Amino acid sequence: MDTKIIFPEDRESLNLHETEESTAMDPQGQKDPNAFVFTKESLKKKIRPSEFLSEKLITGVAFLSIAIIVLIFFFVFREAFPIFTQKEKKSETQVTAVIPEKYGDTSSGNTVKPEQYGAETPTPENKEEGKTEIKNTGNVIKPERYGVPEDSIQESTGEEEYTGSEISQLTPAETFHLSSLFGKEWMPVSERPRYGLIPLIVGTLKVTLIAILFAAPLAILAALFSVAFAPHWLRETIKPAIEMLAGFPSVVIGFFALTIMATALQAVFGYETRLNAFVGGIAMALAAIPIIFTVTEDSMNAIPETYSEASLALGATRWQTAFFVVLPAATPGIFAAVLLGIGRIFGETMIALMATGNAALLSANPFESVRTLAATIGAEMAEVVFGDTHYSVLFLIGALLFVFTFALNAIAEFYVKGKLMKRFQGKLS
Amino acid sequence: MKELKIETRNLSFYYGNKLALNSVSFNMYANHVTALIGPSGCGKSTFLRTLNRMNDLIPGTRVDGEILIDGLNIYDKDIDVVNLRKKIGMVFQRSNPFAKSIYDNITYGPKINGIHKKEVLDEIVESSLKKAAIWEEVKDRLDHSALGLSGGQQQRLCIARALSVNPEILLMDEPASALDPISTGKIEELIFELKKTFTIIIVTHNMQQAARVSDYTAFFYMGEMVEYGKTKKIFTTPDKKQTEEYITGRFG
Ligand SMILES: Nc1ncnc2c1ncn2[C@@H]1O[C@H](COP(=O)(O)OP(=O)(O)OP(=O)(O)O)[C@@H](O)[C@H]1O
Ligand SMILES: [Mg+2]
Repeated sequence: MDTKIIFPEDRESLNLHETEESTAMDPQGQKDPNAFVFTKESLKKKIRPSEFLSEKLITGVAFLSIAIIVLIFFFVFREAFPIFTQKEKKSETQVTAVIPEKYGDTSSGNTVKPEQYGAETPTPENKEEGKTEIKNTGNVIKPERYGVPEDSIQESTGEEEYTGSEISQLTPAETFHLSSLFGKEWMPVSERPRYGLIPLIVGTLKVTLIAILFAAPLAILAALFSVAFAPHWLRETIKPAIEMLAGFPSVVIGFFALTIMATALQAVFGYETRLNAFVGGIAMALAAIPIIFTVTEDSMNAIPETYSEASLALGATRWQTAFFVVLPAATPGIFAAVLLGIGRIFGETMIALMATGNAALLSANPFESVRTLAATIGAEMAEVVFGDTHYSVLFLIGALLFVFTFALNAIAEFYVKGKLMKRFQGKLS
Repeated sequence: MKELKIETRNLSFYYGNKLALNSVSFNMYANHVTALIGPSGCGKSTFLRTLNRMNDLIPGTRVDGEILIDGLNIYDKDIDVVNLRKKIGMVFQRSNPFAKSIYDNITYGPKINGIHKKEVLDEIVESSLKKAAIWEEVKDRLDHSALGLSGGQQQRLCIARALSVNPEILLMDEPASALDPISTGKIEELIFELKKTFTIIIVTHNMQQAARVSDYTAFFYMGEMVEYGKTKKIFTTPDKKQTEEYITGRFG
């Protein structure tokens, strides 16, 4: 046996000043007799109100997210159900009842049927033909109406008398200056076309802001709940459920927003225009939540379990652990998630077309209709004259959208990388 | 003179259906160091983690029997686990500093206990780091990330962090496994110092270390506590053959 080892008891007997007894009652030791003993009182189960509340809150938010998904499912099937139970006639009338609702508040009697979109799109090889078709069908120019405020509708209906040839003669040479892109009006198909992008940009930013203000907190809290609070089985349910929403066609979300949400929100907030930036924003938030949730959840899951263990072992509550350890450690991932969400909202076309009202108004009021960049392309591209200024401007908008989303993704990438690099180098942000 | 601190009674622990601890019963005394030794996978960490109920966090686990600390069953229904853990510090087998600054790593515990005064926190940081024998190395870069420290420094930082909340009991799972002999020596000195105030339970694979620092030793094998007694007795004249084989096998 190794003789070099000095057992503690030998060590104590060697050192006369450090007998077992004196060690135990060492006055130097900072043991405060009143500090804490393992007594029934000190270990009694405590209710921590703030923790209790936030846990309930987060649970609520998480369940809200799930409830919305279930609601949409339920709604879609409920509305489709009559087909199976009633005669075809009846379901048809229901459909026609829905369609005017969409456009009813901007245009009076002259309902434009969706089928018209893109029906007469000129294909490249019969470009000339396409043009003449446009000349003769007057009807095609109608969608311009979406872009203009109500009072100018009269003016624009007058324009129907215009023939396409006149437009193509007038527009390219005379009226367009680059500076006009900064104008405050977007009226691409009026007598004097105006291509001011400002209302479109402001409108897009407005919707995006509203959407992200809803989506980000909801999604992040839901992710936090799923990672830090949810029991195992629940976590396994929440994640797929919310991710399912990501697979939802945006047209279904738009449909839902248009028919149900718009009415419900109007009833609650009592604003005038039924379809507006607020409704559109919330609908788009539904589209962005799954992305933000998934990316956030993954980044939180990637945080080693040992972090939470260390925190809990220090006597932190689960709530404290979630907010002070898990959340900060996941910030790079959360940041990236939010940027991705913004990108998704920014480029969202279908929901914008269906739920925002599509009037290019320049105002700060969230309850006014707006027209987003993406929706503008979606609505007008099919009717535009090939090679026209309007056509070019739409492509410019497309380029803008691309540049913006690209920049967002680049920022996300570089930020996250930079953060990680700093961590590995041992510096702090 | 010898104050009973922790007592386990027929403690069994299951991961799902897998029995990891089988009816373990023994006593740990206040202001003494108890070492847990045994081959890998014998349940030392599991046992340690039942003492501050860290195993509660693993889904599908089950505890049978009792653990009494100062006569109080910590698995009792109305025991507040959060408060319990505040009083039982833990140093994990793998060092796990937060991705925060060195300073914030130490102040985390005091802060969640409601200490926010800068002077008090500064003092806690200094004294905790000094106790863990790492102060000299990090005092000039307290605002740097803890993840930039070496493995051994991280381990000592974790010890300092556990000390920051002034626990009564300190559970250490191989605290010196990533340390060089000098730091290991410092940690062992530290343990001698700490046992004046704390009750210390330490898991170690290093037999010399167990012999040097502990007053009592428990030998675990396949989820059972095979032998328990004064360290000197276990290391010189063990009763059980298994214990002797394990210890001499390691001693060479
Ligand atoms: N989370 C877990 N889930 C299932 N089984 C586990 C888990 N953790 C440990 N075990 C099992 O329990 C047994 C005891 O593990 P434990 O970690 O307590 O061993 P140990 O004595 O600490 O080993 P080492 O010296 O290698 O750290 C092992 O067989 C292990 O496989
Ligand atoms: Mg272990």
